[in-house]
Order: sequence, then C-alpha cells, then structure tokens
Amino acid sequence: MRNVATFASRAAMAAALSLVAGAAVAQELRIGISAEPSAMDPHYHNLTPNNMLARHIYEPLVGQDASQRLVPGLAESWKAVDDTTWEFKLRQNVKFHDGSPFTADDVLATFQRAPNVPKSPSSFSAYVRGKEISKVDDHTIRIKTAAPAPLVPTDLSTFGVISAKCKDTTTEEFNAGKCAAGGTGPYKQAEFVSGDRVVMTANENWWGGSKGLWKKVTFRIVTSAPTRVAALLAGDVDMIEAVPTSDVAKLKGDKNLNVVSQVSNRVVYFHMDHFRDVSPFIKGKDGSEIKNPLKDVRVRKALSMAINRPGIVERIMEKEAIPAGQLLPDSFFGTSKNLKPVAFDLNGAKKLLAEAGYPNGFKMKMHGPNGRYTNDTKIIEAAAQMFARLGIETEVETLPPANFFTRASQGAPGNVPEFSFILVGWAAGTGESSDSLKALLATFNPQKGMGATNRGRYSNAAFDAKVEEGLRTVDDKKRDAIFGEAMEIGMNDVGLIPTHFQLNTWAARKGFKVEPRSDEYTLATSVAKQ
Amino acid sequence: MAAFILRRLAQALFVIGAMLVIVFFGVNVVGDPIYMLVSPEMNQEQIAETARSLGLDRPIWEQFLIFLRNAVQGDLGRSFVHGESAIKLILSRMPATLELALVALFMAIVIGLPLGLYAGLKPESKASRAIMAISILGFSLPTFWVGLMLILAFAVGLGWLPATGRGETVSVLGIETSLLTVDGWQHVALPALNLALLKISLVIRLARAGAREAALMDYVKFARAKGLSQSRIIGVHILKNIMIPIVTVLGLEFGSLVAFSVVTETIFAWPGMGRLLLEAITRLDRPVIVAYVMVVVVLFVTINLLVDLVYSALDPRVRLTEAST
Repeated sequence: MRNVATFASRAAMAAALSLVAGAAVAQELRIGISAEPSAMDPHYHNLTPNNMLARHIYEPLVGQDASQRLVPGLAESWKAVDDTTWEFKLRQNVKFHDGSPFTADDVLATFQRAPNVPKSPSSFSAYVRGKEISKVDDHTIRIKTAAPAPLVPTDLSTFGVISAKCKDTTTEEFNAGKCAAGGTGPYKQAEFVSGDRVVMTANENWWGGSKGLWKKVTFRIVTSAPTRVAALLAGDVDMIEAVPTSDVAKLKGDKNLNVVSQVSNRVVYFHMDHFRDVSPFIKGKDGSEIKNPLKDVRVRKALSMAINRPGIVERIMEKEAIPAGQLLPDSFFGTSKNLKPVAFDLNGAKKLLAEAGYPNGFKMKMHGPNGRYTNDTKIIEAAAQMFARLGIETEVETLPPANFFTRASQGAPGNVPEFSFILVGWAAGTGESSDSLKALLATFNPQKGMGATNRGRYSNAAFDAKVEEGLRTVDDKKRDAIFGEAMEIGMNDVGLIPTHFQLNTWAARKGFKVEPRSDEYTLATSVAKQ
Repeated sequence: MAAFILRRLAQALFVIGAMLVIVFFGVNVVGDPIYMLVSPEMNQEQIAETARSLGLDRPIWEQFLIFLRNAVQGDLGRSFVHGESAIKLILSRMPATLELALVALFMAIVIGLPLGLYAGLKPESKASRAIMAISILGFSLPTFWVGLMLILAFAVGLGWLPATGRGETVSVLGIETSLLTVDGWQHVALPALNLALLKISLVIRLARAGAREAALMDYVKFARAKGLSQSRIIGVHILKNIMIPIVTVLGLEFGSLVAFSVVTETIFAWPGMGRLLLEAITRLDRPVIVAYVMVVVVLFVTINLLVDLVYSALDPRVRLTEAST
C-alpha cells in the first residue's frame, strides 16, 4: 500500500516536473512588427527593420544593450592600443549555425563584404571604410585608422558578422535562405516571405546558452497601427511594437496585457534657416520682404520659449514622450546634465522678440512631413498656435515625406534647403551624440563629411572646433565631456529647437515579459516567458 | 477575330508607353528617391556614392533612356529598396492579391445577385427595402472604417476569425495559394468581405434595376402566358438578359479589385501587391511603381478582352469584328 502511494506521489512529481520543464522551454513567440524589412541580407540595407531582424541571426563584434551602451558581442573585449589602433579579442568556441567555428577570418571576410554589397540603397560603408583590419591570431584582430578614431567599437556594433563561406552570397540568395547557416546568433533563419513574415528557430548551440530562447519566433509584418493593436487583442500575435499613442492608455487598462516603454534615441525638433539674409517663407506683417529674423539668437530663443513642451507631451503625445532640451536624453553618452528643456515663458519670449526689434512679430510659414514621425502634423499645428500667441502669424504646410525631405534638403536653386522653418526628427542609431552633433549642427561641408543633415545650415566655429576635438579624443571620459560642451554651445545658441524625445512602446499579452529598448529594435531575446 | 485581338494589343502597347512616360517623370516630380533610401547618418559623399550606384545621379532624361533600353530587352529594372527585379517582386505578391480579389468577386456574385433579383422582382416588400437600404451603406461607408469594424466585431469581439495576415498556403503548379486550406479560408474571409462590400452593393443595384425592367418585357409576359414555371422564367429569361451589364461592370471591377486593393491589404496586413505599391510610393521606389503600372495596364486590357468574349457568348447579336471599338 505504501509502495503504491510512493509510486503515485512519484508519478505526480514527475508529471509536475515535466510540466515545469515544459514551461521552462519557451515555445512559440509571435510578434507584430510595424515596418517591412527590405531583405534578409545583413549588409544590404542599413535600415531599422533589417538591422533588428539581422541581429537575431548575425551578431556584431560589439553589442548594444537595451540603453544602447556597448557590451561584448562576438568580441569578448577590446582596447585602444594607441590612438590609431584598436585590438579586439574574439570569443572562443563560437560556432556558426552550420557548426563551423568562428575565427578572425570570418571577421575579415565580413569587412570585405559589408561595404560592397551591389545596389545597396544604404550601405554600411560608413562604418567600415578607413579601417585597415589585420589578423593577429585566430582570435585577435587589429584595426588601424589614419586618424584617431574613438568610435571604432561603436561602428562595429552596427553590422553583423557572417561566415567567410558566405562572402560571395548575393542579397537574393540571402533572402532565399541560401546562407542561412552563416550566422552565429541565437536564432536561425527558417522562412522569409517578403511583405508577410519572417520565421526563425532557436539555435540550440548558441554560445550564450539556449535557455530562455523561443523554439520558434514569427515576425508578422503589420504596418497599419490600428490593425496591429487589433491583432494583439484578437490573439493573432503575442506582442506588438510601436503601439500608437492614442491606444496606449486603453491597452494599459487591459488586465490581460503588459505595456512597457522606454525613452528613445529619437528627438523631434525644429530646424530653421540660418544662412539666408532673406528667408523665402518669412515676411513682414504687411507681407513685405524683411531681413531673416532667425539669424538673431534672441528671436530663436523667443521661439523656443514660446513652445509649451509639457503641453505637447501631455496633450498631443498622450504622455508617450518627454520634453527635450538637447539632441539626446542625458542618460546617453556625450550629452550635458546642465541642459534642461527650455521652460515655457510667453512673456519672456515676447520681451526677447521686442528687444530683437520685432515687437509686433512677423509672418512665417512652417513645413513638415505628414506621417513620418508620431503625430507630426498635430505637433506642427500646435506649435503654429503657440507662435501665434507670440505675435508671429504662422501658416503650416505639411507634405508627404518623399516630397518634404527632397525639398527640405535641396529644394531651392543651387541645391540648398528650401524652407525657412521645419519640423523633423532624428534618431541617434549609434546610441551616443557624435553623429547627431556632426550631422545636424556642424557646418555643412561635403569635403569633411560634416553637416550632412544640417537643413538650417547652422554654422558656429566654436561648436565645430569642439565637435572635431571630440571626434579625435579616444579617452571615453574626456570625449563624453567634450561632446557635452559642444551640445551646450549648440543648444545655448539655439542652433535648432528640440521639442521632445519619443518613447518606444511595446504591448504584450500576459505571460510575455518585454524589456523595452531605446533603439526601436524589437528583439526576441528581449522577451521572456513569465 | 485575329485582327480584333491584334488591334487590342496595339492599343495596349500605346497605353503602356504613355503610362510609362507619365509615371517615370511623375515620380521624379514628387521627390528624389535618394532621400527616402539612404540612412540619415550618411554624409554627403556617401549619399552621392549611393546615388551613383543606383544611377540616380544622372539627369532624368538619361535615366529614362537607360530604362527604355533595358525595358526593350525585357528588364524593367530592380527595386531600389529590395534590390530584386521589380517585376519578379510584383509577380511574387500577385497570387495573394488575385486570391483576395477572386474571393471578393465570388462573394459579390453569390450574395449580390440573388438579393438584387429578389429586390427587383418584389420591389415593394419590406425585405427589398431593407436590402436597398443596406446597399446604400455598402456604397457610402469608407473601406478602411468597415475593415476595422469587421476586425473589431469578428476577430477582437467574437474571436471567430483571425484579424490579420494570410493563412497557410499550399503550392499548386508553382503558385502558392491559401484557398485550399481551412486556415487559409479563415484568413481570407474578412478581408474579402471588406473588399467585396462595395461590389455586392453594386451588383444588387444592377440586378435590381435589370430585373425590374425585364420583368415587364413582352417576352417575360409571353413566357408566363405559356405557363412556364417561375424558376425557369427568372433563371433563364430574366437572368440571362440582365447579365450583360453585370458582366461588363464586374469585369472592370475585377481589374480594380486587383489593382486597388491597397486599403484592404493594409488594414488586414494582407501580403499582396497593393501593399507593395503603397510601400513603393511612400519610398519613391520608381522601378516598382513603373512595373506595377505596366502590370495593371496589361491586366485591364486582358480583362476587357475577356469581357468582350463573354459578351459574344451571352448575346449572339454581338460580333467581335464589329464591336472592336
């Protein structure tokens, strides 16, 4: 009798254990993603949906954690040997999906392929060019640059490493899964149906351990935001990215869902004409031609002070944003703790405007894209009303992004920016401020590669000098401080007017725990079974 | 017959040529594709290099000549975004769209025709009035709204059907279709209904108008006087005579179902070519837009041809050699 009881209890225990074990090995995860990847080739197109999917299959040497701080990837450690040389120690005992070992040769092959994919609409060459790579031994590589290059580890975090066997594989072959065994990542490519879905399966032999991996992950492309929400509510998918701001409050109230968010690296800002003496979309109150008032820092300050940032965040962004006082939130590298969002002060702004010689304001037309950034049209309309209270008669014109960006970048004769005052956004993909400073505020200079996205042609010698100093400072601490100072110069001179940082928001059904990220990547490795 | 088809082909070529010029230069007026393609982090030199590799740095007329030269050799160019042959990309997404359009067309006929006939034969009954009222809704409600409501009702609320995507597919003669699986039909039901709604209303109205007119015709009275059964009168004498306008309209509408299912495909995350077009337009992916327009022109020309052929089958008075224009 006792034996029977023991047997029964053992059986029960075994059953319980197997249940526990079953729960520990996570099964299937279905994710609704908001944008379509253009290819499965990790080096074809430097585009968020491509990069985030590729990250599962092909790992970079250097990883980025949820706040975009650099963490070891396929390289265990790295150090600057001198100002122009970096050494990377590669992880031992890493295997590709086909079982072959990962060595320095694969990194060399990747360096050859990544910048040279034919017909790439946006290649990784910027991160590879100018770096001379050499193999020290099977698990050590060195990278030499002509000038001091502190950002080498950051650059290497942007693209994944492929097996040397795949160095001649074409983009179409990658899409067809012909080099599906060429990565080392936690997931393997199982299926890619262009425009519909990407399916991956767990890599049981991943060096990071297969525990916590999902057996199967399906990324479903659902570009329409309300549909994505419906798909989640209907149970078609387990989680979605890019939750529309208007639905966040409702989803947060749903007991069966978890909503998480994280401040993003995307700043929304106003850029303005700094370079023309007479700006095409600014007129006097009587419609006459006037000198470009935006050249006066007092006018720029007044405009910034007239913007009610908390109001925009609360009313238009439905709290899915935080007010911005610089190009990146101050938790990021190369920002300043001294810069706070400019406070809303209408009277102060009016006074400044009067001091600058515009007591009655002027007429201005603002431009912006419709549908490129969250609630972009509503934000620009709200700003127009805020400026109107300042006495600036403001008109708004929003354009389809394809039309807007061409004209905002080179629409006027001589291929210069066309507009006087625009709303745009910028995401710091590298997770630190150098790219933002270099592209948005440094003096436009094609030879040096500076100011490429400086659509206001802001130019300030003191600012340029600081940025250039930072770009050749290898010491992290010093560089952090220098970029912070550059940020202060640019912001105090109101080179542009930041309004807010968007939040990245994910929603998942109960039982799925999502770690939110500051880049817009949705990674299966950030999702755990609860 | 052969001359008729030849003339049709010549017309088609002319239309394709004209569309090519309009679309090619039209896209260029909207904006420069390069700004929609490159990553914002690129500097001026890298942007210029990308433009060079895609041929976007040349003057537009030169790009057009290059395009023409390749098109004559059967190459419509590669998608700027996907890097694959534009026509191949479109054809790979076509089965999904055709499937959706066919099911929608089928729904329009099996739901619209009986309801319309009924409303036409018994115009005064309450049911007929209800049918007509509903058909007005079908006309006037915007597709995207109806789509979302269908999802809310049947997927989120009742949980009967999935909200998004295409179901399991099987390969038949190299074409992937989801119409042979239960899962596939569950997925196609809502988007097809959404797409069909307008067409159902259209068929109801056409059938009703036709039936009301035909019911008073002498040949119907004569058939009734001869003592033919009601079902034979409706099924043969009336139905056959009202089919010509319905076939014409449905034929043309099928073309528009295929070509412009953009909204429905987006709302239901249906992986068809409409969504590809939408994506191509927002990113100024010119080769895909141009190829898409060509595919659509060919489609319409083919459908018109088929409609003409069906005419002559339905109405012996129609002779194709004469009715060619």
